[in-house]
Amino acid sequence: MKRHVTASVPELALPTPERDHIQGLADAPNLLLEYGDYECSYCGEAYPVVKAIQKRLGARLCFAFRNFPLVNSHPHALHAAEAAEAAGTQGRFWEMHDLLYENQGALEDEDLAEYASMLDLDTERLMKDVLEGTYTAKIRQELRDGARLGVNGTPCFFINGVRYDGAPRVEDLLAALSAEPG
Amino acid sequence: MNTDTKTASLRPPPRDRTTALQAGKPAPDFALRSTPDQTVSLSEFRGRPVVLAFYPADWSPVCGDQMGLYNELLSEFQEFDAELLGISVDGAWCHAAFCRDRKLHFPLLADFEPKGEVARLYGVYRATDGTSERALFVINPDGIIHWSYVSPVGVNPGAAGILSALEELQDKRES
Repeated sequence: MKRHVTASVPELALPTPERDHIQGLADAPNLLLEYGDYECSYCGEAYPVVKAIQKRLGARLCFAFRNFPLVNSHPHALHAAEAAEAAGTQGRFWEMHDLLYENQGALEDEDLAEYASMLDLDTERLMKDVLEGTYTAKIRQELRDGARLGVNGTPCFFINGVRYDGAPRVEDLLAALSAEPG
Repeated sequence: MNTDTKTASLRPPPRDRTTALQAGKPAPDFALRSTPDQTVSLSEFRGRPVVLAFYPADWSPVCGDQMGLYNELLSEFQEFDAELLGISVDGAWCHAAFCRDRKLHFPLLADFEPKGEVARLYGVYRATDGTSERALFVINPDGIIHWSYVSPVGVNPGAAGILSALEELQDKRES
């Protein structure tokens, strides 16, 4: 499968399994990268949109998620991001990512602990990571990188490395993805 | 096939048609209220880069997102020793309420009386709306404009341009 990536696209705008949490194969023809915040309601609205796109494109899509928490507006966003990263270390990033978006109204520390327990994770270890900020530097770096790539709010999508400025709706995103020669 | 000539005619009009002050021009000094009892002047920051972010209005959705984004990136700007100043035609009390609501940790300046005077000095006043453009200026430590950009009013320009300009200034200082 061939992918269309413009030469001028910054390497950082392309998902890689070394750096990112990805769903799908890294060499899929369509790369969709989201910068998101677990407490942002617009990201919450985009969550089922991404699921629908994944369903429609199947193996032709590689989806990656990076953190862009706006912590002054969203006081629970950082701990939620820490919880997802910590779950990732225990092999369950996407399960935690999904639980957080499906329960955006319940992101207190005790809720995070409950989600960890629901996923059969080592809850004590996960909460220690959250409270000690084990992944804060990684999360901050993603925010910095995102800002340099032109992320101006959340959710912000990149399609094959190019920022997508359309509405985060299934049809619009699919149209943009399929407009990419692949 | 060489398409340069063909594409040139399709390009949008050059940005220098804007009245905004361009790189290389001295940044006009000003003194504006940041709170009902505090005044900030540009010359206070001589010796450090300054990011001047004009925006149309407190409370409007895009502005909130833009200032909210810069608020999250303050530590990035600080790594360049840069001072970030937001500026709109809203009054100091309005700014105070907006800052408190959005938990902003940088000064918002009130270009309130005479209304939009500083925006006019920088060539970014929108007389038809009575507000400023959404315009960014990165000013070098000597008070010279290093980079400027006017975004469409409804579009949050993000921070990529600011960060690149600050990086360039840092590279110049180090070389």
